[in-house]
Amino acid sequence: MREISTQTIVDAVKDASIRANLELGDDVVQALESALGYEESNVGKDILKKLLENAEIAREERIPMCQDTGVAVLFVELGQEVSVKGGGLRQALEEGIRQGYEEGFLRKSVCHPFTRKNTGDNTPIIVHLDLVSGDKLKIWVVPKGGGSENMSRLFMLPPSAGWDGIKEKIVQTVAEAGPNPCPPTIIGVGIGGNFEKSAILAKKSLLRVLGTPNPDPELAEMEQELLEEINKTGVGPQGLGGRMTSLAVHILMMPCHIASLPLAVNIQCHASRHLEIVL
Amino acid sequence: MGNEYHLKTPLSAEDIEPLRSGDRVTISGIIYTARDAAHRKIMELIEAGKELPIPIEGQVIYYVGPSPAPPGRVIGAAGPTTSYRMDPFAPKLLELGLKGMIGKGKRSKEVIEAMVRHKGVYMAAIGGAGALMARAIKAARVVAYEELGPEAIRELRVEGLPAIVVNDTLGNDLYVEGQEKYRML
Ligand code: SF4
Repeated sequence: MREISTQTIVDAVKDASIRANLELGDDVVQALESALGYEESNVGKDILKKLLENAEIAREERIPMCQDTGVAVLFVELGQEVSVKGGGLRQALEEGIRQGYEEGFLRKSVCHPFTRKNTGDNTPIIVHLDLVSGDKLKIWVVPKGGGSENMSRLFMLPPSAGWDGIKEKIVQTVAEAGPNPCPPTIIGVGIGGNFEKSAILAKKSLLRVLGTPNPDPELAEMEQELLEEINKTGVGPQGLGGRMTSLAVHILMMPCHIASLPLAVNIQCHASRHLEIVL
Repeated sequence: MGNEYHLKTPLSAEDIEPLRSGDRVTISGIIYTARDAAHRKIMELIEAGKELPIPIEGQVIYYVGPSPAPPGRVIGAAGPTTSYRMDPFAPKLLELGLKGMIGKGKRSKEVIEAMVRHKGVYMAAIGGAGALMARAIKAARVVAYEELGPEAIRELRVEGLPAIVVNDTLGNDLYVEGQEKYRML
């Protein structure tokens, strides 16, 4: 067994939550730069330039790129040969987020569903845990804002809907979302599994580094086709009209029940914050 | 592309009548922040005929809930929030002389009509550009509802705050016209 102390986890998660919110990933910066080359609308080009400038200011002046520093979502892969010492894993993850949001001057955006009273420390967090082989602990810190999460959708389609039905629903979801999820967006798609699994797949697909192809050539082709369709909607940067509605489409797929075709569309805004820690 | 204007608050009908959807503006002067919770409180005061914590006539309201200010800064990241949540309140404020609203996302038919009737404009700030917007904010102080935290009403002194005109006094809507121009489906 390899031992990892909860303190190590707290420190790493704290640091990652701050950095994720202050430093836009190189992959996203590159995608925005290349979008600038494709954009035809002048307003759209101006917006893309300002987004790149925004990322630079955030990184240099150490303030969040977006004030909605989101709900903290953590994807965790725990190697079976890892033993967490000094307390619970979940508590350590939560403590890391609590400290990161306080010390990093991040906005606490979690509240009671009805009273809307803020919980005060951006907890509870949302953890998706996977047990894997090996002696590593991998954590992706993925803060997610409300604007783009609100525009995400889940469909339990009839199996006969097929690829055409899936495509139609995805394009429709993006078009209807319009300006609300702060385009240019990244579209995470989960196909198959069941009701909840499709949603988790959709979100998990967003962890893939932008610009890297889907390892499954068939899915890679579907992603390309979808992206082209989405970028015909005219939504454009910030929904003010243009070519670049989305920077990429990512798909994860798995088998499902013979009677079902679950489809989840998780929209990610350009402030795509994802940071990977390996302990 | 549209024209570029520099607006100095407070605004008059003459200041905003030349603005057209698609124009780019920079705004300087005093503006106020408010989100849904603050709007609800203002409406209650209006209905009760009580004095309001901020002036409305000629003013600009920015829909924003900033992140906390780190030491040595006047404000944290301060990009716009989605505007439709303020739609139920905006027509009344426009009637009282509000001239500008800054946010992101579409407005309702009622708000767009009220802008035509009472001469007001709606401008989009770039959603998610919180650091860029913060740079244009030179001073900030809470003027009401401190208990609402990020949703409190703040008075901001801004210099060259960038925005894009979406709805003008003629009823144009860049979200509709801009998208139609580039739609290929
Ligand atoms: S959708 Fe994303 S970029 Fe837009 S305000 Fe929310 S978190 Fe920020």
